[in-house]
Amino acid sequence: MRAIMPHLPALQVVVPLIGALLSALLRRGTTAWALALLVSWTMPLIAASLLLQVLTSGPTSYHLGGWAPPWGIEYRVDLLNAFILLLVSGVAAVMMPFARRSVAAEVDQDKQSWFYSMYLLCLAGLLGITVTGDAFNIFVFLEISSLSTYVLIALGRDRRALVAAYQYLIMGTIGATFYVIGIGLLYLVTGSLNILDIAERLGPAAAQSSRPILAALAFLTVGISLKLALFPLHVWLPNAYAYAPSFATAFLAATATKVAIYVLLRLFFSVFGIAISFEHLPVSEVMLALSVAAMFIASLLAIFEQNVKRMLAYSSLGQIGYITLGISLANEAGLTGGIVHLFNHAVMKAALFLVLGAIVFRIGSVKLADLAGIGRRMPLTMAAFVIAGLAIIGAPGTAGFISKWYLAVGAFQKGWWPLVFLILASSMLAVVYIGRVVEVAWFREPSGLAEKAKDPPLSMLLPVLVLAIATIYFGFDTQASAGIASQAAHALLAGIK
Amino acid sequence: MKLDLILRIGTKLLLPFILLFALYVQFHGDFGPGGGFQAGVITAGMVILYALIFGVKAAKRIAPQGLVERMVPLGVLIYAGTGIAGLWLGSNYLDYSRLARDAPYGHELGIFAVELGVLITVAGTMTAIFYAFVDRGR
Amino acid sequence: MEVLQRFADHYNYVVTIFLMVAGLYIVIARGNLIKKLVGLSLFQTSVYLLYIEPGKIIGGTAPIIDPAFKVYSNPLPHVLILTAIVVGVATLALGLALVVRIHEAYGTIEEDEIFSREGEE
Repeated sequence: MRAIMPHLPALQVVVPLIGALLSALLRRGTTAWALALLVSWTMPLIAASLLLQVLTSGPTSYHLGGWAPPWGIEYRVDLLNAFILLLVSGVAAVMMPFARRSVAAEVDQDKQSWFYSMYLLCLAGLLGITVTGDAFNIFVFLEISSLSTYVLIALGRDRRALVAAYQYLIMGTIGATFYVIGIGLLYLVTGSLNILDIAERLGPAAAQSSRPILAALAFLTVGISLKLALFPLHVWLPNAYAYAPSFATAFLAATATKVAIYVLLRLFFSVFGIAISFEHLPVSEVMLALSVAAMFIASLLAIFEQNVKRMLAYSSLGQIGYITLGISLANEAGLTGGIVHLFNHAVMKAALFLVLGAIVFRIGSVKLADLAGIGRRMPLTMAAFVIAGLAIIGAPGTAGFISKWYLAVGAFQKGWWPLVFLILASSMLAVVYIGRVVEVAWFREPSGLAEKAKDPPLSMLLPVLVLAIATIYFGFDTQASAGIASQAAHALLAGIK
Repeated sequence: MKLDLILRIGTKLLLPFILLFALYVQFHGDFGPGGGFQAGVITAGMVILYALIFGVKAAKRIAPQGLVERMVPLGVLIYAGTGIAGLWLGSNYLDYSRLARDAPYGHELGIFAVELGVLITVAGTMTAIFYAFVDRGR
Repeated sequence: MEVLQRFADHYNYVVTIFLMVAGLYIVIARGNLIKKLVGLSLFQTSVYLLYIEPGKIIGGTAPIIDPAFKVYSNPLPHVLILTAIVVGVATLALGLALVVRIHEAYGTIEEDEIFSREGEE
């Protein structure tokens, strides 16, 4: 046990990678699922012990291939990393038992092993982005996760899934290429690719920032914003989420955009530092405007959407708006709110999309009209929907309330009090779109497709309920989520560690 | 049938040399230009040439689709496994220093294994892509 | 005149930026799915140039240590771009595969026709 402790950062990426390769090699659906389950359950253990290690003895660094940074690739884990690692691997682990029946119902028999292989590859990519301390390595992992994501989306049975995957491929590649351009400019200026080293070299001199540095910041911001679907760079997201297999949607909604936001945080605060990011360019104001626009426009679109899966995708866009709002505030409370919301939103969106996965499993449709009265037939599942829905709204006693509270405090501290009203007002929009589904599902007589539905089998029900309970748990016990988030925010604002 | 006699005989004569050249590129990669990528593409080129002249069916007899599709993950597995071997011997992931009695030999051995993995994956991928597109129209 | 001189001195950047913008323009302006991928490839290729150009150091030789030489070119950009090229090829292959599937499912690879057929569903 002691022998592998120092190698945990590498194992965090290598284990899912090997899992992906083995499941592609074996080509059997059930074996691949078992492998994916095994890997998904190992990952949180690794992430948790990394987090403990960071909490007790500070950031750890791992030199890949024994080459010391800044020449070699360094895997560097600090508090923020470790937190995101735990989030991604934890959500994946909870969701994994759900996958078997859901994937068996939604993906062709001979493609199931590919599905799990791509899922594990995507997991490896996402964890890789989070764990690595090398800017170019982030690009490689970004593309690993993106390419596997395109395949995951295209595996949906609906032919529109193909178009959605293609559109995401175009947008995602443009985003990743913008990112490489940005990193290239930084490399030309600093001669380094190690994030810490770049930050040190940019250092004080960057305060009189030269044009390439500002251009790099612009390219990187736009590139990553495409990946995290910041309004108005979001057009790929609703269709991709709506037509992908349900499990893939839930996994991507909970993790992929969150990891992109992590990269943005890393760039703004660790690489460039507040001085360049927020003082020399109006990044804060632009982000603020786009975030508020996302909160309102996406929520309005969600209200008029008839496909519930798409509705939740629009809701995701709005919620991403809250997270970027926290980033644009750039003070401790606001940033804490952003990071906590990143965590909370992952948990509650995973719960909501899994509920839809269960509905698809039972009735094969996610049209709002088909859900009439389904609450009486699938009571436990829809109860989870109500709980997670309340969390999206931000009702007190749920996780969503905690993050919105921090955001509001951050806005007050900054003196932008109208923002508090905007946060409240956009939450009201969430009441409308969540309420619409709840009304149809619970207060109408079951008819048509919903007539014969019943709660899904335990392997699907349990992940849903665990996530729903987690949204309440993190509404009361904020030590784990908000506590670590505020420490991470503090560290980010302090600049280079 | 008669018209493409030259093509058939010529191809049959060429095939071993293409493979030999691929192996040369692969193993001479230490000292000159070359390596797994190029060798893999040349190997796949051999299979594709064979398929063009003798038909996909015949090509699938010498390089079955199942094998080709499994070569893709297998090569990466060899690559990742080389990294794990370093881990096993007590150094960092992908550190080849301890694979042999001293660091330079270890590195040579490590790169050799890695390049072998690259050869397998690239050859597999190229052939698999070819098969995938050829199988479409029918 | 001075502006022209500056352009001529940095002709490599001019070429890179031209390819970059041309590629991006094709991706945005064309409705044909294949042409979009061509544009995307062009866009990616421009980035390869962006990295590789500065790696060449005038008067520098291949980076193999030899007492006869003092100035070496920087090999790192080449290695980075080798990775980026592989990523680009993978993206292109996946994109083309998707286009083949889209063609089978919709019978067209024109974006507007696909969308009009989606509207019927």
